[in-house]
Amino acid sequence: MSDSTTTLTAGTFDEVVNASDKPILVDFWAEWCGPCKMIAPILEEIASEQGEHIQIAKLNVDEAGDIARRFEVMSIPTLIVFDEGVPTKRIVGAKSKDALLEDLSEFI
Amino acid sequence: MSEHKEVVIIGSGPAGLTAAIYTARANLKPLVIEGEPSSTSDQPGGQLMLTTDVENYPGFPTGIMGPELMANFRSQAERFGAELLTKKVTRVNLHASPFEIWVGDPASIDPTFTADSVIVSTGAKALMLNLPNEIELVGHGISTCATCDGFFFKDQEIAVVGGGDSAVEEAMFLSRFASKVTIIHRRDQLRASKIMQDRAFANPKIEFLWNHEVTEYIGDTKLEGVKVQNVTHKTESTLSVTGLFIAIGHTPNTSIFEDQLSLHENGYIKTEHDSSRTNINGVFACGDVQDFTYRQAITAAGSGCMAAIDAERWLEEHAG
Repeated sequence: MSDSTTTLTAGTFDEVVNASDKPILVDFWAEWCGPCKMIAPILEEIASEQGEHIQIAKLNVDEAGDIARRFEVMSIPTLIVFDEGVPTKRIVGAKSKDALLEDLSEFI
Repeated sequence: MSEHKEVVIIGSGPAGLTAAIYTARANLKPLVIEGEPSSTSDQPGGQLMLTTDVENYPGFPTGIMGPELMANFRSQAERFGAELLTKKVTRVNLHASPFEIWVGDPASIDPTFTADSVIVSTGAKALMLNLPNEIELVGHGISTCATCDGFFFKDQEIAVVGGGDSAVEEAMFLSRFASKVTIIHRRDQLRASKIMQDRAFANPKIEFLWNHEVTEYIGDTKLEGVKVQNVTHKTESTLSVTGLFIAIGHTPNTSIFEDQLSLHENGYIKTEHDSSRTNINGVFACGDVQDFTYRQAITAAGSGCMAAIDAERWLEEHAG
């Protein structure tokens, strides 16, 4: 949709997450999830406003179920921030932009 | 400085957005303060945002997805000029004239908006069991959104608590993924509608645990099971489940209106018979926040239309 967020797939996930030179937030989402759709535009905004501090990426759990299982995602939206390839922060459930920015304050 | 509006609508489910469509078409330039994203039903679009197929909303013979229906309501309201603000109302003063409404810091001196009339359509949200460790386990086995989370319980044994339509609907939906769904209900029969009951009883993956209540969650970082108690014999047993979906009913979102609007004992807003009028002139209520009887998208939309017409007439009578 936008240039500011990266779309990950099961094939590119590990490479992109490990190669990122800044923290990367991965949004585990799916087409059928109402709350995921609500935070999508918020994540787009954060991507364009905070792009120099944090990379924003999306992973569709329908297409990459194995990766969702690997990180024990049991509820979506789940946002996991990876720093140097290591999961360091986990946010479960949709939130307002202000609440998300507060959760991400250590990275931005 | 506060911004003045003729009509402010608080809440954006079927009731609020229908009120927005009607007041916008009446050229009242409504502001809809639609709430903030969350994974509970207290969010823009309301409870339908957490559902999948809506099969009983007239006009969609093959059904429509809940979030899609609400996106349609929203764009229809925008098309006629309704303004939508994705924020939460934190405080109201309905004793002032014009009415005062705050978003953001409720302690700030100036209200964010003032309004000649207010339509309250804040809806109702799902009740939780309020057992220890519940909040910590949400997203780790305990769920408030079957449509969001059901997918992750593929081939697992899970449970649904409750006995009404929403509990049975969730169990039916979850049976697409789970190997077994146990409906835990504290009575010996369901409150759900006949058609839903028939579907549930015919579903080979759905089992029933009658006359039982959940008393404890088992598991520290993720749910491993629940302790249940027989309500008559008080005997305890354990049910091994990796997921628990709570559907035990709703509570109205009326906390910011307490001490201002007349409420029923159960917290729902009182409206005059055959109208959307509350005890305060110029304040109208519609949708689930004032309805604990029907609680359907279509009745919410219908009452939203009533509130819009009531507000329009009230503004005409009190113009200037």
